[in-house]
Amino acid sequence: MNVLVCVTKTPDTTAKIGFVEENTRFDATGVQFIMNPYDEWYALVRALELKEAQGGKVTLISVGGPDCDQVIRKGLAIGADEAVRIDLQPTDAFQVASEIATYAKANDFDLVFTGKESIESNGSEVGSMIAELLDWPFLSYASKMEMEGNTATVDLEIEGGEDTVRVDTPFVLSAAKGLAEQRIPNMRGIMMAKSKPLQVLPGSGAAPRTSITGYTLPKEKEAVRLIDPENMNELVRLLKEEAKVI
Amino acid sequence: MVLVFAESGDGRIKKSGQEAITFAKELASRAGTSCTALILGPVDAPGDAGIYGADQVIHVPHTGFEHFDSQSWARAISDVATSKDAEYVVLSHSSRGKALIGRLAVRLQAGSVTGVTELPDVSNGCVATKGVYSGKAFARLKIETGKKVLSVMGNALQPTTDGVAAPVEVSDLAPATARITFVKTDKVEGTVPLPEAEKVVSAGRGMKGPENWGIIEELAAELGATTACSRPVADSDWRPHHEHVGQTGIAIRPNLYIAIGISGAIQHLAGVNRSKVIVVINKDPEAPFFKAADYGVVGDLFEVVPRLTEAIRDMKAAG
Ligand SMILES: Cc1cc2nc3c(=O)[nH]c(=O)nc-3n(C[C@H](O)[C@H](O)[C@H](O)COP(=O)(O)OP(=O)(O)OC[C@H]3O[C@@H](n4cnc5c(N)ncnc54)[C@H](O)[C@@H]3O)c2cc1C
Ligand SMILES: Nc1ncnc2c1ncn2[C@@H]1O[C@H](COP(=O)(O)O)[C@@H](O)[C@H]1O
Repeated sequence: MNVLVCVTKTPDTTAKIGFVEENTRFDATGVQFIMNPYDEWYALVRALELKEAQGGKVTLISVGGPDCDQVIRKGLAIGADEAVRIDLQPTDAFQVASEIATYAKANDFDLVFTGKESIESNGSEVGSMIAELLDWPFLSYASKMEMEGNTATVDLEIEGGEDTVRVDTPFVLSAAKGLAEQRIPNMRGIMMAKSKPLQVLPGSGAAPRTSITGYTLPKEKEAVRLIDPENMNELVRLLKEEAKVI
Repeated sequence: MVLVFAESGDGRIKKSGQEAITFAKELASRAGTSCTALILGPVDAPGDAGIYGADQVIHVPHTGFEHFDSQSWARAISDVATSKDAEYVVLSHSSRGKALIGRLAVRLQAGSVTGVTELPDVSNGCVATKGVYSGKAFARLKIETGKKVLSVMGNALQPTTDGVAAPVEVSDLAPATARITFVKTDKVEGTVPLPEAEKVVSAGRGMKGPENWGIIEELAAELGATTACSRPVADSDWRPHHEHVGQTGIAIRPNLYIAIGISGAIQHLAGVNRSKVIVVINKDPEAPFFKAADYGVVGDLFEVVPRLTEAIRDMKAAG
């Protein structure tokens, strides 16, 4: 199996989020970037397991500037064989998906894996776009996948449960929790990653279709209203009469 | 025209579908156009889409739409959108909507925004607002293309129910052959699924062990709420994984979220901070969750929770 794993960088999950230039640009000052957890913990690790079981190759792809290289190197340290970076700062999901689909078409892959969403964009749409651009089936929010030959049996997260479906390669899959167990890179992996190929390619020129005009921060919460733990009738009254939620 | 794909199941329009229709109706009136609902697969009363705001309904009753396949469904939706020359296509930001939206954007050469939280501003092009950075901010996105696809976040608005049944056009569209074979569905019976729940009772490591969940289930039952949990609770198999909310679990935005024995780590908050009202019960007054809470109770959950259940019972008895 040759698997293309799409990885993106996101601010660390504990990063404080702020904006500059009249709230039109993310303030990256002092922000630590990590690999998007769904890409790292689930998509990449499941791809590595497939390779370990059936042979083949795991290729990472990231659309972004040189600031992505650190995240890509981590993926190589975890065990990917090689990596490609499409050298542009993407504006929207369509631009990302177009670049990835163009690369996937020109090369020989059985599978394309993405995370279920980027915790930065909360988009959940790059995978679905790649699937359409390649005209492949799409397994969205996969929490389990068993592979036998070229046939996969996949569990998909749905509201309040899961669907199980069967599909033959090639297909695109977006990874959710459960698909694999997180792996921590070891010293040997980190050393080996340094000599693995990271190819930098120019973008194909696909134009974005949306642009961000500005950001807002959520309204500051008012201070919490503390209620006497002995008096739950008061809490119920407030929820009913003031908040009107019960 | 605004075309809204109204999700259905068990022969009815789902709540997420109702919300999408009302959203589409409001969008249509802002854009000075009409709202058409599209229903794929058999339902009993497709005209009911009118109750939530649709001006007309296109119903594709083909039984081939019984099981979901993003490829053949996206083709059907885009075929209808193209034949009716829809300017907007509206979906729910549900498991199906998430699998469809990118495909539709590609097929229709449309710009798209997922998980929209309020009605777009259409006074100068279309500018939609959505949550980013896992609830820590909102972004406004301008769609630069003529055709636009939007998916609506669950609970972004209440469906209106004051409309009347709308005229139905029955279409004989058939799905393209699916390359995905359906095997089975496993669903938790009896409760409202977490992403659709209006009330959620959630508990964390403060519960000490899975054997103590009875008081959580009683509270949830009394409130008509769905149960959820923090990540370590699911990871230790105290509770099933589908209950795990937060950055790496499910993101929800119920009207009421009651957090019991959960510290309120930033990754947990990322999945629940869009709830309308948050109640926190924790014995540690310094627990970070209190900063995100509307109402707080500092106390031992093993005493407070049964008392709260009792108080709700009393309120219901009093009418
Ligand atoms: C990348 C990443 C992603 C993550 N994603 C998620 C996620 O999606 N969801 C998630 O939940 N976590 C997530 N986490 C984990 C998160 O950081 C916290 O570790 C976790 O949320 C803590 O769970 P908890 O609040 O149940 O447990 P604890 O932090 O142990 O808190 C237990 C709380 O219970 C209180 N308590 C104890 N006994 C009682 C009592 N008798 N009465 C009342 N209160 C009591 C304590 O005061 C304490 O505040 C993630 C972490 C990382 C690094
Ligand atoms: N710039 C990028 N480069 C490579 N892959 C990406 C990029 N952005 C998003 N992805 C992939 O698409 C998934 C979903 O992202 P999104 O649709 O933005 O939520 C992520 O989990 C990644 O796997």
